[in-house]
Formats: sequence, C-alpha cells, structure tokens
Amino acid sequence: MTLDASSLQMVKPERRLKRTDRSPLASAGLHAGLIVASLVAVFPVFWVLVTSFKPDARAVETSPQLFNESSLDNYTRILGGEKGAFLTWFGNSVLIALLTTIIAVFLSATTGYAASRFRFPGKRSLMMSFLVVQMFPFAVLIVPLYNILIALGLQGSSIGLVLVYCTTAVPFCTYMLKGYFDTIPTDIDEAGRVDGLSPFGVFWRLIMPLAKPGLAVTSFYAFLTAWGEVAFASAFLSAADESKTLAVGLQVFVQQNRTEWGHLAAASILVAIPAVIVFYLVQRFLVTGLSSGAVKG
Amino acid sequence: MRRFLERHWYAYAMVLPVVVVIAVLVLYPLAQGVFFTFTNINEANIANPVLDRPATYDGVGFKNYLNVLSGDSSYGAFWSTLVRTLIWTFGCVFFHYTIGLGLALLLNREVKGRTLYRVMLILPWAVPAFISAFAWKYMFNAQYGIINQLLRAVGLPDPVWLGQSDWALFAVIVVNVWLGVPFMMVALLGGLQSIPGDLYEAAEMDGATPWQRFRNVTLPGLRSVSSTVILLGIIWTFNMFPVIYLIAGPNPNTRILVTYAFERFFSGASRDYAIASTYGVLILSVLLVFATVYRRALRKQGEVW
Repeated sequence: MTLDASSLQMVKPERRLKRTDRSPLASAGLHAGLIVASLVAVFPVFWVLVTSFKPDARAVETSPQLFNESSLDNYTRILGGEKGAFLTWFGNSVLIALLTTIIAVFLSATTGYAASRFRFPGKRSLMMSFLVVQMFPFAVLIVPLYNILIALGLQGSSIGLVLVYCTTAVPFCTYMLKGYFDTIPTDIDEAGRVDGLSPFGVFWRLIMPLAKPGLAVTSFYAFLTAWGEVAFASAFLSAADESKTLAVGLQVFVQQNRTEWGHLAAASILVAIPAVIVFYLVQRFLVTGLSSGAVKG
Repeated sequence: MRRFLERHWYAYAMVLPVVVVIAVLVLYPLAQGVFFTFTNINEANIANPVLDRPATYDGVGFKNYLNVLSGDSSYGAFWSTLVRTLIWTFGCVFFHYTIGLGLALLLNREVKGRTLYRVMLILPWAVPAFISAFAWKYMFNAQYGIINQLLRAVGLPDPVWLGQSDWALFAVIVVNVWLGVPFMMVALLGGLQSIPGDLYEAAEMDGATPWQRFRNVTLPGLRSVSSTVILLGIIWTFNMFPVIYLIAGPNPNTRILVTYAFERFFSGASRDYAIASTYGVLILSVLLVFATVYRRALRKQGEVW
C-alpha cells in the first residue's frame, strides 16, 4: 500500500458523494448514529465541566442537576493556591511535556528517516526491538530505572523523567514517522543530493517540512504521553510540593476516602485545557498523519 | 570496514541517539529486572543509597516462577488472572475495532458537519487518561453517579458498579472502550481514505451490493492498517494500567497481570520487587509468543509485515 505525495492532503471522496444519492431515511440514520456516538464521547467531559462549578457537598447529591449552587469558587480556590501549589505543578507539567515532545519527536524523526531511507545492517532488529519495548510493563521497571537515574545523577530532576517518557513515546512515534516518510517520494531526496545537500541537509530542509502532518501527530502523542502519566511521575520526582506534576498533585483531592469531587472536577478541566488545545491544533492532520504510519507498520 | 562505515555512517549517526537512550533506559533495566526474578529482593533487603545500606538479597533460582505459575492465590492466582487479562484485552480490542470501524465508515461519507463530528468523536483521546478515569469513577458511583441515577429513573436495577463483583470488570472495560475507540477510528478512517474510489466504482458496475463492496473492497483495503492497529491495540491493552488502577483500585475482580505486578510492587510494607519482576517477565513472554504467532498467521495469508 503506497500513497503518493499528492494524496497527502486530506482526500475528499467527492466522486463517491455524487455516486451515492442517499435517501432521506439513510441520511437521518447516518446523522443519528453520529450524534449518539458523539454524545457518548463528549458526555463524560461535559459532566465533569458541570460538576466543576458545584461545591463538593452538592456534587455528591443523589439527584442529577445541571446547576446546583454553581459558581466559579472551585476554580478561584485552586488557582489561588488554596488546594496546593496548582500553578507550580502546572508549570512543571508544561515544562516536562514540552521537553518530552521536542526530544521525542526529534529522536523519532531522525530514526524514522534513517529507517525509511537507508538500508543498513541491524535495521530490522532495531524496528523489531521497538515493538518489543512496548510489551514490557514499564511499571515494573521502576526500581532498575530508579537506580540508573541515581547513577546518572538525574534522579528527582525533570530531565530524568523526560528521558523516561521519551523511551515510552519514541518507539511508536518512530513507527509512525517511518511510515510517513515512506510516503514521501525518494526523488525529492535525490534532487536535494544533486543540488549539493548532505544527507542531514536533505532530511532537515526538505523532508521535515514535507512531513508536517506526521510530525503533528507524533507531537500530539508524545505530549499526551508525558502530560497524563502518573506512575513514573510519582516515583521519580522528589516528594517536595514544588516539584510535582499535575497528575501527582491532583491526588490530594482523592485522599482519605473522601474525594472532593467539585474541586477535582475543576482541576481536571484546567488540566484538560492544554491537552485539548494541542489536540485542536493538530486534529486536521490526525487522519493523514496517523494512517500512513499505521498503514506501513 | 572503512567502506562499511563510509556507506552507513549517516544512517548510524541518525539512529544512534535513540539506540543509546533505549539501551540505557530500557534494555539495561530490563536485564536487571530479569535478574531480580531469580532473587528474593524486596524493600527490606535492596541496596539503599540514601541510607547507605548495601544489598542483602539472595538468589533463589526459579522459586519465584514456580510460586507464581503454581497459581497460588497468595501469588496473585496467575492462571485465573491471566484468563481475566485475556477477557479484558480481547473484549476491549474487539469493541475498539468494531466501533472504531463503524464510526470510520460513517465519517468517511460526505455528511454535513463532518469536521465537528470528528472533533467530538476524537475528544476522549485528547483528555488525559487519569482525568477520564476520575470522570468515569464519579459517573459510576453507586449512590450519586449519574449512570445509576439514570438507571433508577427508568426503573432498571442499579448495581454497585465498582464493588466486589464482575460488574467492576464490565465497568472498566466500558471505560477503556470509550478511551480507545478514537485511535482505532482515526487510523481506520485514514485507511478508508487511501482506498481508491475507482475500486468502488468498478465493483458497482459489476453489480456488487453494498455488503459485497464492504466485504470485497473495503475490508481487503484495510487489511494492513487493521493488522497493525490490532496488534498494537492488544499489546497496549494487555499492559493498560492506569484505567483499572485509578478507577477500581486494588480490586481482585478487576485484577489483570499488570495491575497485580504494580500492587506487589507498591502496596504493603514488603514491596515485593522479585514477584513484581517475575510478573513483568511473564507478561513479556506471553506477548512475545502472541506477536510471533500473529505475524506467522499473517504471513501465511500472504501478508509480509
């Protein structure tokens, strides 16, 4: 299965549109299916949003209401730092997630490009090892990883955590980007070489700009990997409040058998916003970017 | 040797950083983890650099494996946990794939508001998993959760979803299906869009019914995307830890291999690293065997992957 460069833009199946003149009934069924599925997809997020405006005591009442003494109090208290150093955690998470995204995308782009363009001994085993790496439950690697980070002097630092996240993000990103690079014709590389660019120059100046959709998707994936991770963040960052990430910090709302649902919901919305923004920026690339990677495996 | 380097040096230069990072942060820990499975290492006898305490654990040979594989319930009842893991994995991936394919087929048609539908349908993927886990835990609450409130309103029984029963497993599968459908949908949508429209036209000229077009054009066209995303889906779901852990906690009714390894690792005073690592190695072995069989089956059908 190959895609040529002209089909890298979103293909609109216009021909097939004209072909199928849908009956109104079929059209209604189509919309009904999509509406039901969209409601199921959106409802939990919507419900968290509704809950985030309710006081904790109202959030656990046994009759559902959209508004119940709703106010912005939860948000002001969280942003005001009454419930822990929320803004500090937020900053830590942003820093760690951005660093992970940049490093992981860069590493997987170079590796993916090499795997896509060059035939070199060890290439097959490299790609296989990326698949195997995803099979081992990372949670169980915490002790050995902890020892290594201490040996490298990175224990408790954000850089150590960023590197650990990269190992979880890079294998899948490399697969996707290799698939994406495969769809870019090698003629472009050759033309670049003829014009006197080095292999790295071709990669950096010609191929990277052409691979934007693929890069957008891998960025999204790498960002989410780091943004939502709990286990490593709680094990590897020092217990001091100011070094926590959001995923760790939010545990304060779920303690002692008494969950502060209103506050937790408000904090959740605040945490979800950056992820949704990143998502919105890349969503128009998602389909093309992901599929070519997955198609090529 | 010099010619070899001359020909390949830039390829290796580009691959090198990843290889170093993976080797240091995955292969070495993995080797150490495998080593731990042959010891009785735990919190009490591990070397502690903070307290400056040397390691005092001993080798125990294959005892950990024998204990775990005996299926004894004090070692997590391996076999029944494995069965539950398989139910969880195949249940989740089956619904991920079928629902994802259904939605991709709907989205692949020219519909009004397609972009809006697509954004809404991908939303579960964009929300961090631990947030979704909290949201569903709240909605599944037996007393004040919206799901039971709705069930009561229409007069249906309202089970205690996250209690000590198989409803808990059902509930976490529902959540994970909700989480995983967008990925499958997007991947399959891309696959659908790369099937040339001519094929459909030709099939229609030959008088193929919509079902025949689906069977003989769409499904074969999706073969290679499907085989990749299903394999990845199975590997990821098998090791999916945060959903179960954050929603159900250490509930034996939702225990799968990974969550038990994590429980052994983190809970209790003992922190049994040896048993946790043994579980890790067993998980890896199961997945390796599965992936090998899967690839061989694909190759037999003429698919080189």
